[in-house]
Amino acid sequence: MRCSVFPVIAVICGLMAMWYIAVVPMNIKMALTDAERSGMVVTPSGAKERRDRSAILLVAQNPFAIKATFSLERPRLPAPHQVAIELWNSTVNKKITSKRSLIFHGWITLSATLLGFAIGTGLGTLLAVGIVYSRAMDMSVMPWAIASQTIPILAIAPMIIVVLNSIGVQGLLPKAIISAYLSFFPVVVGMVKGLRSPDHMQLDLLKTYSANSSQGFWKLRLPSSMPYLFASLKIGIAASLVGAIVGELPTGAVRGLGARLLSGSYYGQTIQIWSALLGAAFLAAALVAIIGLAQRITLKRMGMA
Amino acid sequence: MTLVILALFIWLAAWFLNVYLANTSASDSRWMKLLVPAIFGFTILIVWELVVRGLKVPLVILPPPSLIAETFLAKLPILWKDFVQTFVKGALSGYFIGCTAAVALAVLVERFDFLRRGLLPVGNFVAALPIIGTAPILVMWFGFDWHSKAAVVVVMVFFPMLVNTVAGLGETTAMQRDLMKTYGADPWQAFIKLRLPAAMPFIFNGLKISTTLALIGAIVAEFFGSPTLGMGFRISASIGQLALDMVWAEIVVAALAGSAFYGAVSIIEKGVTFWHPSQRG
Repeated sequence: MRCSVFPVIAVICGLMAMWYIAVVPMNIKMALTDAERSGMVVTPSGAKERRDRSAILLVAQNPFAIKATFSLERPRLPAPHQVAIELWNSTVNKKITSKRSLIFHGWITLSATLLGFAIGTGLGTLLAVGIVYSRAMDMSVMPWAIASQTIPILAIAPMIIVVLNSIGVQGLLPKAIISAYLSFFPVVVGMVKGLRSPDHMQLDLLKTYSANSSQGFWKLRLPSSMPYLFASLKIGIAASLVGAIVGELPTGAVRGLGARLLSGSYYGQTIQIWSALLGAAFLAAALVAIIGLAQRITLKRMGMA
Repeated sequence: MTLVILALFIWLAAWFLNVYLANTSASDSRWMKLLVPAIFGFTILIVWELVVRGLKVPLVILPPPSLIAETFLAKLPILWKDFVQTFVKGALSGYFIGCTAAVALAVLVERFDFLRRGLLPVGNFVAALPIIGTAPILVMWFGFDWHSKAAVVVVMVFFPMLVNTVAGLGETTAMQRDLMKTYGADPWQAFIKLRLPAAMPFIFNGLKISTTLALIGAIVAEFFGSPTLGMGFRISASIGQLALDMVWAEIVVAALAGSAFYGAVSIIEKGVTFWHPSQRG
């Protein structure tokens, strides 16, 4: 892993460079319109004339406007440093309780994600235990659990929010239910695989020790399912976050990262959308990294890594 | 109340029937493996219907399955138009563009070890991010029609596909590559006859993950703005009118489309990777 640090940095730098280059043609028309309004000579003149021209041609004809494309107020594509400044302003320079603070909105989303993730993981593990120990449950439920992964369950998120809203349940819980729902199935499928991973030899050995089935569960099945559990937890937490963000859309853009995305798209605040997006990305990365760390520590202590 | 008690009885009876069926000696047969989950599914539908009718649950909270089926059949023309707009135009075109682009880039990247080592961790990282959040930006760039939905789908399927293909193309062993060299195969032949076939299980894994992502992307992108048709539009509009039977009918369409799409890719996979141990079992 250590030897790939340099290539990773090179790839990230390459992506950044591509982003900066893309900013110029994406924003050139808007920058030229602004320049014309402030009295500069633009070829060709008139926004109507320029509408159907190719952006690259316009850049070549008006090289003086390139600088302006990086500092527009509502650009089509904000430059990386604009997003970074907005991120800095909305996290460090704002009070955490302020409605303009990204940390405030991030916390709203994070709390729903974590609550939902805990519920989904708990129920998923319970169902997996049921499936492993009861053949009837295995045969009835398992095909549906697998089939449900091919269904876009995210589509019912708005309905859950509105229905729960109409019976008076608001705030954290509806979003958490969506998160739980999304993280539930990966955990079920992963845990069933994990709890079944001990082979016959190991199960037979426990029988020769005359272990009863609860001892077999705690001493063999549960420990050997850990690698599978962590693999599905990583998928589950990412899915939970997506669920919480989408769950914030239909309530009309009040609080949370999803609400920042939606209100940004209503009012054309592109920099706000991008900073909310990057905020969500950091959150997802941090959550997955925490689970990865827990995985490494747990497996090491169990002698599996 | 009698309906609720009836539902309870049906639930218990079906449960005992399934326990009995699962523990008979014939439980490993193919029919049993279809029958038991089918009984389970039907029981849920019947219990749902009876409980909703028995407790008189308002339609704006949970409509009974019979009403959903009725709406589904009655509104078939609208549902079909939504399906074409969202699935055929948005999801499918985005799926093809995204998967083709990802495989093409993976083939290019695979030639350079430096790029592969750099791109794989970045791709893995991006694949775990909530990419669906780019939907408002892409809707702003490409307009309200299906083009923006296809763009969201392209971005969503690109990274899982890229990571899987790159991983798959690296799957050959040194032994196999040496064998190709002893045959005097040029790099192109080695790619077509060895690397690409060896990568197929991974590529199809990516293709299968992407089917669900494509449908999710196309539907959720419509929540950020769409013409007055499409599955996502219909879902959010029907929720506004509290017409939950229509929402559920749309969800049925989404479920059917998702399963059929996944099934179709699986069938192609079976044909292409017939040699792989997981397909011979």
